Amino acid sequence: MRGIFEGTLGRFKVFRRTKLHTNIADIENSSSHPQGVLEGGPALWIGRFEAMASDCEVLIEHASAEQALELFEQVMRETWRIEHKFSRYRDDNVVHRINASYGEPLTLDQETSALLDFADQCYQLSAGLFDITSGAYRRIWRFDGGERVPSADQIEQVRAQVGWDRVTWNAPVLSLPGGMELDLGGLGKEYAVDRALLIAQQFSAYAGVGSCLINFGGDLACTGPRSQGGAWVVGVESAKRDATAVASVQVSGGAVATSGDARRFVMHRGKKLSHIINPNTGWPVAGAPSAVSVAGANCMQAGMLSTIAMLHGGQARSFLDSQGVQYWLQS
Amino acid sequence: MQLVKRHHNEAALAKPSAQSHRNIAGALAVASCAALTVAAPSLHAQGEPGEWDFEVANLLYAESDSRVNAIEPVFSATRNFDEGESLNLKAVFDVLTGASPNGATPSDEVQTFTRPSGSGSYDVEANQAPLDDTFKDTRIALSANWMSPLNHNWDYSAGVYGSKEYDYLSMGVNAGLTRYFNQKNTAFNMGASIEMDSIDPVGGARTPFSLMAAGGDEGAGSDDKAILDLLFGVSQVLGRGTIMQFNYGVSYSDGYLNDPYKILSVIDDAAGANYGGNYADASGNNVYLYENRPDSRLKHSLYWQVKHSLDSGDIVDASYRFMIDDWGITSHTLEAAYQWRFNQSYIEPHLRYYQQSEADFYRRYITSGDYNDGDFTFTEASSDSRLGDLTGITIGAKYGWSMGSGNQANVRLDYYVQSNDGDSGFGKLASQELYPDLGAVMMTFGYSF
Repeated sequence: MRGIFEGTLGRFKVFRRTKLHTNIADIENSSSHPQGVLEGGPALWIGRFEAMASDCEVLIEHASAEQALELFEQVMRETWRIEHKFSRYRDDNVVHRINASYGEPLTLDQETSALLDFADQCYQLSAGLFDITSGAYRRIWRFDGGERVPSADQIEQVRAQVGWDRVTWNAPVLSLPGGMELDLGGLGKEYAVDRALLIAQQFSAYAGVGSCLINFGGDLACTGPRSQGGAWVVGVESAKRDATAVASVQVSGGAVATSGDARRFVMHRGKKLSHIINPNTGWPVAGAPSAVSVAGANCMQAGMLSTIAMLHGGQARSFLDSQGVQYWLQS
Repeated sequence: MQLVKRHHNEAALAKPSAQSHRNIAGALAVASCAALTVAAPSLHAQGEPGEWDFEVANLLYAESDSRVNAIEPVFSATRNFDEGESLNLKAVFDVLTGASPNGATPSDEVQTFTRPSGSGSYDVEANQAPLDDTFKDTRIALSANWMSPLNHNWDYSAGVYGSKEYDYLSMGVNAGLTRYFNQKNTAFNMGASIEMDSIDPVGGARTPFSLMAAGGDEGAGSDDKAILDLLFGVSQVLGRGTIMQFNYGVSYSDGYLNDPYKILSVIDDAAGANYGGNYADASGNNVYLYENRPDSRLKHSLYWQVKHSLDSGDIVDASYRFMIDDWGITSHTLEAAYQWRFNQSYIEPHLRYYQQSEADFYRRYITSGDYNDGDFTFTEASSDSRLGDLTGITIGAKYGWSMGSGNQANVRLDYYVQSNDGDSGFGKLASQELYPDLGAVMMTFGYSF
């Protein structure tokens, strides 16, 4: 499912190449990630760090080492903050509070409320295909390429605990019935990309650095075209992971998001079912492309379109055609 | 429940039936922008570069028994710059009115005191605390502070300060340096400040131990003092959500350290009554002397603080300060606060306990034997209650709330009670209240935007 930015340093000559390490306090690094590394020179800096189980990159044109490091650290702090706040693997964040609330009404902060409003609209607009309560199916489905499928009873049991329409959401108050769980993993990374881009836009407005590209494991956004007017060239890696970039995507504004991971599937009656589960049936979607990349105004919109396209299975292409957006399909 | 029966036909279920799809891209773009802008205020939050952050506050202070009242508005503006620099400008105004203890002991007779201006006098009723009712002052203080990173591991700061009252001018400069280690988990700070003060009291700077003359001349001119402060500190992040701070400070003051308006009563050794009258002074006045403090003071202080942020978002804050100086004062300050955080607000009760021992030269009064008709048996004396044995407790709470778009308001209410202790006198004096308790209420309104 990954688009990987390729060849940055190879394609563009960097004369003074420097390698710097970030210096972010443990208190802002609750997942104990390694420090980020910033390499390059005044013409182009590339910072790499880990977050949300992805390799994250920040590309910064025309900046001093101090400026690039400052911007890179700001992006890292914000990304790690979002990861900490919305990860479902932690027991000290708002998602845990929600999932441990057992029907008790919770008053949520502004940021979480805004994300739930967005998830609510996505649910409505996709007629229930995108559902942040559907993470519960993870408990019974294993997408390891094998042929194990859960029993009908197992699926029915989980299905009773899925459905955004069972949740009472009157912003900022949420009541999540006991047994149900919320998972913001389906939009957290795209949200982090958009937030990082906001930081880059603000920073470049004040500090006067050049164009920036944010790429978190294939979900990416840029502040604008490259300084010499050209587009950023991003290779979308083959979903099959055979190291061949199947498409070279040119981005000079907005965002691109990719859904799909050809390595994660389950075989059933000779058919390959993708890891994307239809929340209404509890069954993986059949006939879906192995990956969908969509260009959008921002990463949250692009990510949602690519996810909903996958949920349309064999109808992904006709869905995307009717959206009037640029997209790339891998079958 | 229809779906239950058909679940084996999963491929058919997964295929949406509609042939033409509704265009939702536009609606998703709008929804995502809404999500990003609703959450965006924290990007414009305080401390972000390129904006001025303002803070206004007003402190109201009222002592019990209609003694000192104060109104203190504060205006503060901070501008943050891209490279981590910040500039803070601050103005504080004080308006104080009311009556302040002049240092004399109460008496079973009416006492007459010369006004600080030297012209005129005021009487204090028998058995009443002698208060100088002309206490009135306005003060303006201005400061500017600049903070900036030198590079990734060093920060520096520099500032200037000035304040002016009717009878007091203070000017200072300060500078500080911070070195970070260990992914900024450890920071060493050092700071220095120099302050030069000039005192030009109403009626002139008093000659220490001179007689408070009845309507007479009170000395002349101004005097000054210099204060040098040095601070060394270390702060350490201890795991997630805990930070500890340890400081050592040394402060040296040199020059005119008296309170020019404070006097001491001289008490007759035999009866415990005010000394003076017909047998001490041809004028028939009681003898009151202007205080006389040492002309230098060296203070050492140790400060320890720990702050812990709980998983719930609440914050616990505790600190202890120890101070010792060459005037013989040692003091202990214990403070604790707990901040309960709610969605858009917090409430923070706090408690402060302060205890100090008296200065070596603290005397509630001087006996006529020690006075010895002006040939003193000691070199220094002050009856200022702030130099005596005292215990002070402050109890209060602060409530803060967010008003949207990053603006914050808070209100804080404190009650302070101070009790002094010491020599309880003899003879007639023993029946006087020499150490009245002091109570004060403080209320602060703050708003930052």
